Amino acid sequence: MFGYYLDLALRSLKRSPILTALMVLAIAVGIGASMTTLTVMHILSGDPLPGRSAHIFYPQVDASPGDWHNKNPLDMMDYRSAVDLWDAQRADRQALIVDSAIKVRAADANLPPLMLTMLSTTADFFPMFDVPFEYGGGWTAQDDARRARVAIISGDLNDKLFGGKDSVGKTLRLKDSDVRIVGVLAPWRPRPQFYTVVGGNYANGDTAGFYGKTEDVFVPFQTGLEINDGNFWQFTCWGLPSTPGHLQDSPCAWVGLWVQLDSATKVADYRAFIANYAQQQKTLGRITKTNTRMLDLMQWLDYNGVLPRDVKLQTWLAFAFLAICLCNTVGLLLAKFLRRAGEIGVRRALGASRRAVFAQCLTEAGLVGFIGGVGGWLLTMLGLWLVRRQQTPYSDLVNLDVAMFFVTFALAIAVSLLAGALPAFRASRIAPALQLKTL
Amino acid sequence: MQIQPILAALKKHRLATVLIALEIALACAVLCNACALIAGRLALMHIESGVAQASLGTIQLNGYEQAQAVDLNARVLAGLRAIPGVQSASVLNSIPFGARRGTAGFSKDAAGKESGGVVEFYLGGPGSFAALGVQVAAGRGPQADDFKPFEGLMPSQSSVQMTRALADHLWPGDNPLGKQIWAFNTHYRVVGIIDHLVRPDPTGWSEGERDWSIFVPAEPGKFLAGSYLLRADPADLARVMRDAKASIAKIAPDVVIDHDQSRTLDDLRERTFKSDRAMTGLLVGVIVALLGVTAFGIVGLASFWVAQRRKQIGIRRALGATRADILRYFQTENFLIVTLGIALGLALAIAINLALMKWFEVARLPLWYLPVGAVALWLLGQLAVLAPALRAANVPPVVATRSV
Repeated sequence: MFGYYLDLALRSLKRSPILTALMVLAIAVGIGASMTTLTVMHILSGDPLPGRSAHIFYPQVDASPGDWHNKNPLDMMDYRSAVDLWDAQRADRQALIVDSAIKVRAADANLPPLMLTMLSTTADFFPMFDVPFEYGGGWTAQDDARRARVAIISGDLNDKLFGGKDSVGKTLRLKDSDVRIVGVLAPWRPRPQFYTVVGGNYANGDTAGFYGKTEDVFVPFQTGLEINDGNFWQFTCWGLPSTPGHLQDSPCAWVGLWVQLDSATKVADYRAFIANYAQQQKTLGRITKTNTRMLDLMQWLDYNGVLPRDVKLQTWLAFAFLAICLCNTVGLLLAKFLRRAGEIGVRRALGASRRAVFAQCLTEAGLVGFIGGVGGWLLTMLGLWLVRRQQTPYSDLVNLDVAMFFVTFALAIAVSLLAGALPAFRASRIAPALQLKTL
Repeated sequence: MQIQPILAALKKHRLATVLIALEIALACAVLCNACALIAGRLALMHIESGVAQASLGTIQLNGYEQAQAVDLNARVLAGLRAIPGVQSASVLNSIPFGARRGTAGFSKDAAGKESGGVVEFYLGGPGSFAALGVQVAAGRGPQADDFKPFEGLMPSQSSVQMTRALADHLWPGDNPLGKQIWAFNTHYRVVGIIDHLVRPDPTGWSEGERDWSIFVPAEPGKFLAGSYLLRADPADLARVMRDAKASIAKIAPDVVIDHDQSRTLDDLRERTFKSDRAMTGLLVGVIVALLGVTAFGIVGLASFWVAQRRKQIGIRRALGATRADILRYFQTENFLIVTLGIALGLALAIAINLALMKWFEVARLPLWYLPVGAVALWLLGQLAVLAPALRAANVPPVVATRSV
């Protein structure tokens, strides 16, 4: 029966090519616009650590002075609080993080010095975030304690300095210190670069920067603080640091801490632990507030509003546009079906049931949706190409994956069936007798 | 023209009428808001920088030790000034549309109780104020003895220049000259008001805050180095920038030139607004597509109605209606439907604007957009219906005597 309906639908569409083209075009344009924005949204709003993110937390202790009336703790911690929490080693895994810019040279590569971003972190960073290695591996907790002069570099930097060959054991000059490369990362592009996301609430919606590439150099936390001393930037300060760029004893927030907690009990224990810590530090008079918080990874990204405002706005715009296209298609399908009132009357008189007429009309609507979907898919590819050309920090990520490819067609057919339902219902209610009389 | 029979006919096609009206309503709402968004982006993109942008370029250096900073400044400035065509070379920590190093909060009282907001402190060495080309509206610009050496992030005492927008925000209606501001252990006195000096990152701030800048004269040194402002004739600037980078490579082979940030201010400005330009293009594209789809929807449905009513039209013609009567019938019908859509659409436009204001920090929709949007849709409706209506007017009276 479906084959027959399809045949009827094709004939009917061919009979009024202009009306058909208008409907297909409206659906294609609507689908193209919505799928382009939806794909960008899908790429940017995913979970950067699928399956693990629920166990990753961002503890915060607020060291800001009492006359700062911030509702939530500052986005980063002062050095003392962060290092104390890390030293306690109460979580299953824990990593301190701080970014800084550093001058990098390689003795083996004949290149001018580069200014790169270096992440100072601790050994757990790599297993906790499932960081993939091309060569070598992470450093050990002993390396952290010894302030070992070791480093891990990104695949990009390895390509640039060593032509992509195994560079484990080679020496890298970071500012004025030599470090030994112990690991080279395989391509790693978490989206967003979640572990350094801070300050999203002050970005005024301009958060595309969170989707940039990862750091090129990773070194043990204290090693980094030593070799790049004087080049650290604060998230915020409540007093002037005595030496700008050297923040260990400064009244500044500038260090982040991530922890992995594998069970609900451990999460509750850790919350109690940081609350106790804040209470104890307040008693000691080091901090003035007992304001603490611990969000999991996805909550933290949500709190920072990582999805760029323009992307959200574009998505709303595209769906408003799709709604207009939908109204348009309903109107045109209605016109199309009712124009064939005579033919439907004959079919009804010859014994076709209302259901059969309804099914036939819906088949026609679905076919329009499918053709519109093909057009929409092409327009989506065009739209994504345009997005890639914009050179946003995330433009290299923008691609139509298999899931979104199927969503394109599903959406197109769903939209056209939705559009077809009302006109098809109207068509199926046509009284056969009245139509036969006018024939 | 009698409206009664048109309304009676529309009542028989309630569903189609409502659909077209809904489409018009949505189109009207999206049109008004998209236009407001475009206007907002255009205002941002055309922001007054307050500086002699076309004549300015910047060189950004890093990868040197703080201990070398004084020596580096001296060598680089001498090298840059030696380049033919350079009118001035000076040190400036932050660059309009470029590097940002002086964003900080301050207070209006010594105790730090009354916050003045977060502004950009432009720390500049001798010559930088003149090179920027900012206009002093009241008071005075920096004098030679204002540029004093300092330790730490910022000079602790200084006589500063402030933008008009910031002064009006801090002390509305008051003379800002002679007023004082405090931040941490610093204490500044306002001695000059300048027309405009845009922040390095205007896109990150709301409309009123983009011009909140303070110029702090200071002697270049350990913490004011590596960021240079070049001024040259606009025609010469591209060559001067190339020469400058080449000469730095010779003067200070060990430092790293930040090529990404070392550009002319025109280039930096262009890059700052790149995404806004893309968004504007997208919004214009959506508006065009939306008006197109709406127009085609009207054409399609009107054509259907004309075909459906061929016989009635023939009868009306046979009974003495002129072509103009038929034409006007369809035009009036379209006008009524579009009016219904616009009535809904204006309410929807305001609702969408309120939602955008809440979630996207968009400005309030100027009310005059609404009548303009309405007129645009009326015109669109009339244009779209013209062809089908003319076809209807051409139906010969003889059709009345034939069966369909």
